[in-house]
Amino acid sequence: MNEWERIGENQLDLLREIGNIGAGHAATAMSKLLNKPVNMEVPQVRLVPFDQIAEQVGGPEAVVAAIFLRIEGQVSGNMFLLMSVQAAKELVKSIFPLEPSSSGDLYFSDIEISALSEVGNILAGSYLSSLSDFMQASLSPTVPGFAVDMAGAILAYGLIPFDETDALLIETSFLDGMERIESHMFLLPDPDSFARIFTLLGVPAQ
Amino acid sequence: MTEKVIVKVGMAELKAASGEGQLLRTVGLGSCVGIALYDRFAKVAGLAHIMLPSSDIARDNPLNKAKYADTAIPELLARMQEIGAVMPRIVAKLAGGAQMFSSVPESSTLRIGQRNVDACKAGLLRYNIPISAEDTGGNYGRTIELDSSTGILFIRSVQFGAKEL
Repeated sequence: MNEWERIGENQLDLLREIGNIGAGHAATAMSKLLNKPVNMEVPQVRLVPFDQIAEQVGGPEAVVAAIFLRIEGQVSGNMFLLMSVQAAKELVKSIFPLEPSSSGDLYFSDIEISALSEVGNILAGSYLSSLSDFMQASLSPTVPGFAVDMAGAILAYGLIPFDETDALLIETSFLDGMERIESHMFLLPDPDSFARIFTLLGVPAQ
Repeated sequence: MTEKVIVKVGMAELKAASGEGQLLRTVGLGSCVGIALYDRFAKVAGLAHIMLPSSDIARDNPLNKAKYADTAIPELLARMQEIGAVMPRIVAKLAGGAQMFSSVPESSTLRIGQRNVDACKAGLLRYNIPISAEDTGGNYGRTIELDSSTGILFIRSVQFGAKEL
């Protein structure tokens, strides 16, 4: 049976609120990284069916920049931060405004990958710390991995433990000055962890 | 030359096709493996996009045979035989089984690419199907197309462009 079917508006509302608080933390951390004011928009939180996850970012063949973190702790799962290659390039440019951008459309230098991984850490970490505060449980993300590749090939990773299910999609975008940089964050709790999240949040699934 | 018809094979799906001018396509193979089977005399092609090595741990009910290497191979062979393929003539090509993120710990169940490839080889050996070519492993995704007229497997990746097996 599909676990997510038991999730109602109450549960989603709480996840949105957690997302808001996480976005607040993320904005503060991003401002420090970029050394200028950054505004995070209120994230959209919704459930996306298994086979449509890749569609959210342009289809399974669309080339995306992805940061992957595995979450361990009382609740375990996979987390992805996906953005277009162009958005990733813009982000790198705002982190290193004086450096010439690396050549090649799909190439990222080690230092750029490191910076993008740090952004992934900040965005995912902000949301996770907000979630763990609400659950009063520990969540520890692994060192982030980075890849530029087809969305389908990247996302299949997080879907492996699943039978047909839905993922929690948290759409975040931030405004860095006038530039808007959009990213998609997917949280895929492991099947065993699913009910535990809502139990720990005090809104058990029906 | 007639226009080729593209037959889409999704994640955890399998399809067989016969005759000229069909391209069985599956996109975005990461750690998943594409099993391409072909009988060049009957011109019958089959393609499976498997995600996991073994159905032993399957929780889905009813079981999706196309999702697991051990169950997808016999199912795909059966479908191909229904439309004219003959067992001793079928040969296999494999693509996929990558390790997309090097950050994933060695022990993790997410290091699934190589296990998928191994399970496909074991499964093909069980039915005495020779593997004529493979493009597996690495750390990048692949999109593949199997041509029903020729048995050629076209492989595309973001970093390395196109090649044929």
